[in-house]
Amino acid sequence: MAGPVVFFAVFFAYPVTAIVGRGLHDGGAWQFGRVAEVAGRPEILRVLWFTTWQALASTALTLLIALPGAYVLARFHFPGRRLLRAVVTVPFVLPTVVVGTAFLALIGRGGLLDELWGVRLDTTVWAILLAHVFFNYAVVVRTVGGLWAQLDPRQEEAARVLGAGRFTAWRRVTLPALVPSLAAAALMVFLFTFTSFGVVQILGGPTFSTLEVEIYRQTADLLDLPTAAVLTLIQFAAVGAILAVHARTVRRRESTLRLVDPARTARRPRGAGQWALLAGVVATVLVLLVAPLAVLVERSFDTPGGYGLAYYRALTVVDSRGGTFLVPPVEAIRNSLEYAAAATAISVVVGGLAAAALTRRAGRLVRGFDALLMLPLGVSAVTVGFGFLIALDEPPLDLRTSWILVPLAQALVGVPFVVRIMLPVLRAVDARLREAASVLGASPLRAWREVDLPLVRRALLVAAGFAFAVSLGEFGATVFIARPDNPTLPVAVARLLGRPGELNYGQAMALSTVLMAVCAVALLALERIRPDKTSGEF
Amino acid sequence: MNSQLRRAVAMAAVSALGVTVLAACGGGSDGGKSDGTASKTVTLVGHDSFAVSDTVLKAFTEQTGYTVKVLKSGDAGTALNKEILTKGSPQGDVFFGVDNTLLSRALDNDLFTPYEAKGLDRVADEVQLDAEKHRVTPVDTGDICVNYDKKYFADKKLAPPETFADLAKPAYKDLLVVENAATSSPGLGFLLGTVGTFGESGWQDYWKKLDANGVKVVDGWEQAYNEEFSGSAGGKKAGADRPLVVSYASSPPVEVLYAEPQPAEAPTGVATGTCFRQIEFAGLLQGAKNEAGGKALLDFLIGDAFQEDMPLNMFVNPVVEGAKLPELFTRHGAVVEKPATVAPKTIADKREQWVRSWSSLVLK
Repeated sequence: MAGPVVFFAVFFAYPVTAIVGRGLHDGGAWQFGRVAEVAGRPEILRVLWFTTWQALASTALTLLIALPGAYVLARFHFPGRRLLRAVVTVPFVLPTVVVGTAFLALIGRGGLLDELWGVRLDTTVWAILLAHVFFNYAVVVRTVGGLWAQLDPRQEEAARVLGAGRFTAWRRVTLPALVPSLAAAALMVFLFTFTSFGVVQILGGPTFSTLEVEIYRQTADLLDLPTAAVLTLIQFAAVGAILAVHARTVRRRESTLRLVDPARTARRPRGAGQWALLAGVVATVLVLLVAPLAVLVERSFDTPGGYGLAYYRALTVVDSRGGTFLVPPVEAIRNSLEYAAAATAISVVVGGLAAAALTRRAGRLVRGFDALLMLPLGVSAVTVGFGFLIALDEPPLDLRTSWILVPLAQALVGVPFVVRIMLPVLRAVDARLREAASVLGASPLRAWREVDLPLVRRALLVAAGFAFAVSLGEFGATVFIARPDNPTLPVAVARLLGRPGELNYGQAMALSTVLMAVCAVALLALERIRPDKTSGEF
Repeated sequence: MNSQLRRAVAMAAVSALGVTVLAACGGGSDGGKSDGTASKTVTLVGHDSFAVSDTVLKAFTEQTGYTVKVLKSGDAGTALNKEILTKGSPQGDVFFGVDNTLLSRALDNDLFTPYEAKGLDRVADEVQLDAEKHRVTPVDTGDICVNYDKKYFADKKLAPPETFADLAKPAYKDLLVVENAATSSPGLGFLLGTVGTFGESGWQDYWKKLDANGVKVVDGWEQAYNEEFSGSAGGKKAGADRPLVVSYASSPPVEVLYAEPQPAEAPTGVATGTCFRQIEFAGLLQGAKNEAGGKALLDFLIGDAFQEDMPLNMFVNPVVEGAKLPELFTRHGAVVEKPATVAPKTIADKREQWVRSWSSLVLK
């Protein structure tokens, strides 16, 4: 547990404290009076109210729409399942600037909905909610589905043999087992939407504002650090409260489960009902997730001379007109992959150790640590970025211009995913198996390798995949951290979009398409290295 | 046995990830540890729009022996704020990109060491806003102006607007999209342009008229230009329906430069009576590790090689008299005779208040 604690202390708690402290410490004295003053302003209260209710609504809507998807992907075996699983994760990595454009093409003026039914959602809160579903669908599918696939269906069948109806059996047997992962997914979606930045900025227009947007504005635009510090504390308090509620409701229900190999639980859909469910999920994914992505792909090929590869070819050469980059934009792919690989490794090691420690020990301190691990999801990227800048500026921690800063910042967001995905599975492992191994003479390491690892390997890979996707798409913190001139894919896309001109716009679309493809391929590869059927025997 | 093998494969896969990481360490790192050779490297911290040709940087190295390292540090406001936060322990030697809307913030925070760059006598007086102390050196100017979609106005047989006052006329109802002055620098520039034109007492009435005339506000330039403006490549694809947008006087040449094949005439034009002039400065950072290199770099920034390279890289105008403009720039760009201006001190004192009043007027 020491490792993760040190990691969070140095790379999270210390920088964030430094920047918040800078805001509240003025003229040699602490200015806590400011908290009440800022928190009492009517416009701040309005922002807080909007932030909260849109996050609640987004979470509910995401769960509602994505749960059938989680079920289908966990329990059904059908051609293209892996591809579908990879596709639903792609939105997660896309820069919001790009997605905003694509989304407007569907729900904005002259969009698909407009043409079909004359419905325009681009300035309503519905646009924000739907975009949140678009981004967070994968969170539910992967977090809940990961555990669902490993639940033994025979338990539910046993209940039905004993006379329970289909729904009762599900409600009494499967649902309680799923609750920890459901709560984890809801928590993550809530935190993501509570701190939503790009989506709200682009689709909500200037009229809607979340706390995160306000923190960004106060910090980056106005350099009003005191106000930003107070807002950060408010966000901390809100996130802390949510985590506390979460901890109370979930802990009581977590129990040892009978986990089996996912390959054994999935079967071909049977009967009209199951096929209809599958069709419904596929249709939802197509309309809500694939259609906006397809718009982007289409635009990346749509050159003035008809459909072609001109924009992609332009990515591979240094722009002779000077241009935004001194290197061909494709270099950004390599940068992104390197950063994401490093960030994934850090996330898996730190998150894995933390999850293991949390499974083994109990008590107040550990529970506090559990909550602490989630805090990075609730803290604005600009706070962390500025914190890094003023906290990590002295040897031995003068990392401001070091490349490692980017993966470290990305890992801060990756670790909570690793922990949340691993914890339900680790906690579900029957401790008696481990004890039996020890009694038979296995060392703790051997017991872990022989007992835990085979069961959690899948969760580990799911978690790694998520951490990888998060790092690949991370924009907020990455763009903040000064680094030598090697942009990541999202940063490169944003730079291209920041200049006028057909070629720049086309290249931005092409590079976004490349980002999607890289993400999908990486996730498919991770799915492939998952060991198959025989791994469950021990 | 079989399962042992599979387990080994899985472990290998996981460790392969670790190897990739090591490879990444080897490939991506060149920062931070190069301080030993600091005397030969000079670091320029700039905003994201900073761009320069490779050949020009090489020429600087040949002339002076210093290699330039460029750190892009976010958009203009963010980049400056970062420097203020790290004052005394800066990330580089020279900061480029503080403009007249933010100049007072930089000067009030004592960010720069005074230095009178060589060649300053060739720079026009009206852009030398710190002529007494030389804490900052003017490098370029750019005009924030309303751009129009030529095709739209030709099709409608309507003359495009020319001045701020035109924009409030019924003929141009529901045609203009602007950026949020609170979050976007062209948005703020446009607001300051109206303040400079109508005065501190008149700008609010003007915005009421604009609002009644259906002005649309979006958050950033990317959105306004690529999604709402019918004259841009992105806007055409998105079916955008606003033929007037707040952008830059240099946007039309860029539309030509980045089109293939390049058209004879730019698809967009500039309403030259709606402009606010931005002046960008550079300065030697307090606590710079390489002061001598930083000074040489400042001299270079107002030298002909760099000045003549800027127009097609950053799409701004040189400040040095006699610097040659590329033909593409003179042919498609607009010459703005009388841009609106507001004194930096006034901007510093009133900006917050103006933006707040603007928000309550226009954003509901």
